[in-house]
Amino acid sequence: MKPDDTRPEGGAAAGVGLPPLDPDEKLDVEALLRDLEHYRPRRKGWHWREPVPDQRLHKFTYKETSKGLERSIPLPAAHYFGDIDPQPDCVVTTEIASGRFEDDIRRMRMAAWHGADHMMVIRTAGQSHMDGLLEGTPEGVGGIAVTRKQVRATRKALDLIEDEVGRPINFHSYVSGVAGPEMAVMFAEEGVNGAHQDPQYNVLYRNINMYRSFVDAAVAKHVMASVRMAQIDGAHNANATAVEAWNVMPELLVQHAINCRYSVSVGMPAEDICLSTVPPDAAPAPCMRMDLPYAVALRDLFGDYKMRAQENTRYMEADGRDATVSHVMNLMISRLTSADIQSTITPDEGRNVPWHYNNVAAVNTAKQSLIGMDGLREMVKIDREAPELKAKVREIKERTVLFLEAMLEDGGYFAAVEEAYFVDSGIYPETHDDGIARKSDGGVAAGTIVPRAADYLAPVCHHFGENHLPEGYDAEGGEGTPAGLKKPCDLIGGCTLCDAGKVPFIDELDAEDNVNARLAQTKELRERQLIKPEVEWAADGWVVVTLFLPAAPRVAEFAALEFGKAMNLQDCEVINRQVMHPAEGTLIEMKGRLDVVVDPARLVIPPEPVVMKDDEIRAFVAERGLKCVAATVGEDEHSVGMREIIDIKHGGLEKWGFSCEYLGTSVPVEKVLDAAIEHAAQIVLISTIITHGDMHRNNMEKLADLAVEKGVRDKLILISGGTQVTDELARSWGMDAGFGRGTKGINVASFVVETLRERGR
Amino acid sequence: MAREDTYLKIRGHLAELSDEELEARFWELAQRVVDPMVELARTHTSPSIERSVLMRMGVDSPTCLAVVGECEKRGLLGHGAGHVVLHCATTWDCAAPEAARRLAVGEGWDTVEQKWGGAR
Repeated sequence: MKPDDTRPEGGAAAGVGLPPLDPDEKLDVEALLRDLEHYRPRRKGWHWREPVPDQRLHKFTYKETSKGLERSIPLPAAHYFGDIDPQPDCVVTTEIASGRFEDDIRRMRMAAWHGADHMMVIRTAGQSHMDGLLEGTPEGVGGIAVTRKQVRATRKALDLIEDEVGRPINFHSYVSGVAGPEMAVMFAEEGVNGAHQDPQYNVLYRNINMYRSFVDAAVAKHVMASVRMAQIDGAHNANATAVEAWNVMPELLVQHAINCRYSVSVGMPAEDICLSTVPPDAAPAPCMRMDLPYAVALRDLFGDYKMRAQENTRYMEADGRDATVSHVMNLMISRLTSADIQSTITPDEGRNVPWHYNNVAAVNTAKQSLIGMDGLREMVKIDREAPELKAKVREIKERTVLFLEAMLEDGGYFAAVEEAYFVDSGIYPETHDDGIARKSDGGVAAGTIVPRAADYLAPVCHHFGENHLPEGYDAEGGEGTPAGLKKPCDLIGGCTLCDAGKVPFIDELDAEDNVNARLAQTKELRERQLIKPEVEWAADGWVVVTLFLPAAPRVAEFAALEFGKAMNLQDCEVINRQVMHPAEGTLIEMKGRLDVVVDPARLVIPPEPVVMKDDEIRAFVAERGLKCVAATVGEDEHSVGMREIIDIKHGGLEKWGFSCEYLGTSVPVEKVLDAAIEHAAQIVLISTIITHGDMHRNNMEKLADLAVEKGVRDKLILISGGTQVTDELARSWGMDAGFGRGTKGINVASFVVETLRERGR
Repeated sequence: MAREDTYLKIRGHLAELSDEELEARFWELAQRVVDPMVELARTHTSPSIERSVLMRMGVDSPTCLAVVGECEKRGLLGHGAGHVVLHCATTWDCAAPEAARRLAVGEGWDTVEQKWGGAR
């Protein structure tokens, strides 16, 4: 099957057997799981975004953007810019690892609405050492058990989600570990679009036998290539592991080269091979100056391959702000050089497994930065002749070549790993003797590879290596089999890669550890649509409290736990602690579980105030020359609240052209009304505090009565405001409206326009 | 063994290369590193590879595990687990997944022994 050739035309949710998603309805997980045994992926292979050169959006021209989304949530400031949501040219990744796919898919939907089109699903701890496939839907730790059922349900959900947002979504997981070839076949059958595959990762970080890893990898890669899955390598783990990450640069280039050349040699097209590359450093190191030469050297050498730019995790702490700034600097490197896939790391990864909204935060960090730096490369270019950059780029390349020369001299890759060449924190040829050493006859699954005999036969398509098929058979098979030759799987009447109907499906093997049991626990909440806070799983109850405590860090931490108890939170844990001053205070972020459920049916929710478009208000105000007089009445010296409502710099009424006369504080009500008449104002704004002596009430009633006495009540809109004012009370005391805490100029402006329209003026 | 940075001492032979020549050398060396590994992979198989063959023949994963495990014990992996299942399916005139199912529950290994000999 060729990439993208089975995406249905038109008809949303075609091929899924479910109605299209309704943006106002939650994803129905139970419905999704129904009839899963008959679901087949509707396309295979990776999808790259479709670039739109010189794209015009709102009043701007973009240089590095792609086709937009049909439905999305734009950046917060978008309402100033015609609500546009430009999509960068590169694929944007989000990594999801809650351990329950049924919750992950809801998060994927949220991330897709913010611009993610690459859903990378992390595997449960320990799966890479399992010699074989898992089935069913057991709960995972730090990721899901990647099984056919979980993969199939997720791909089916993504079909619905991609139709909802209007852009194909890539689904991705891992073809590593001891069961790589099986994982690759299952992924190829199930329409997984991309995968990590790098035998070096097995060897170095999973201690899987090196011979087994490379022999397996050849078959796995070949199968991945048959459906044009994108491949991401594992080199970036070296700078996530090495003590001094900035020194492993030559080695990283070697690791990329080995996986690239190995992949191409076993039949994978270079254009499907992505290098996982991370700027190795972080501030307070002068990180961009250190990372840029590396990024340049890498792209010089690997121009035929794709770049998957990952964000730094090596120096990530619990502070989300710190992580976000590091990532923005990483994104600047992406924009100054290149990125085909921009990966994102959630800002909370330094403290826990990512939470829903942090996936969205990371996706938005990427979108905001990439769009903000759109086209910057045309004005800000890397100075390739700058002496430091030029020398460093050359030096990195030479050190890399020296590394390769030494490896070959010492007997090749396997010998080099035995001698701990890799993940050494010295910058090659310097070594600190702290690299990872593995024995060629050691590790998980040592001694399990077997020479293929003279009659070795595999009657299936897309199999790598010696295969003694009968005469007249094409070794590769599949759709590309030349006319006149038979496919290997003709020996068995078709293989699963040629005939999807042959793919077997196992539902559940464990009667207790499965999705149905988990869903049963939250069934009542779902059916009654009850609300409970969550960050990872439905109804997990986790909330975060931010406290500034005027105490030393350790005292603050223990004090926070007491506050948590007082707030009725369970399992409180401090997840971030930042010293403001050793004695003056500490910022604490604390999580805790809130075992409370809210029934929305029992909430009294007032209708949302109507807010109008800026242009609409501006035109209305200009046409009528609207004026207001404003004052703080009674014996009250506060002016801040009123300023917020009228000043242009606070987004107040002046912004839309209202002419505002502010009379000051402690102004008698009579004077306010006289001024309104004198200025021929249509609007009177009074600000008042609530007093024990009912001054506020008296002032409002007096203003209304005076207006009636002077015969101007119908010509005026009387508005009062203040932190404790409510609309209901103000109206009962003769005002047209009252505005309380949190009111913005837009609310008042919208009300004025609405009211004048109703009055027919 | 720790070693000081000898970069400046040993880079002499690279100094005269142009950037293009240096890059060409890089790729030539990388290919030389992977060539023997590709050859190893071409001529060897593994339990996971054989299970991936059975999967492609339409066999479910627990059955793959059982059949390949038995092939491994009997020293048959080098002939290909898919070959073993194909031989049985042909002999018994049934579909490959059915042949694998029988082998997984311990049936019909005599058919296999007749072709490739007994367990080692």
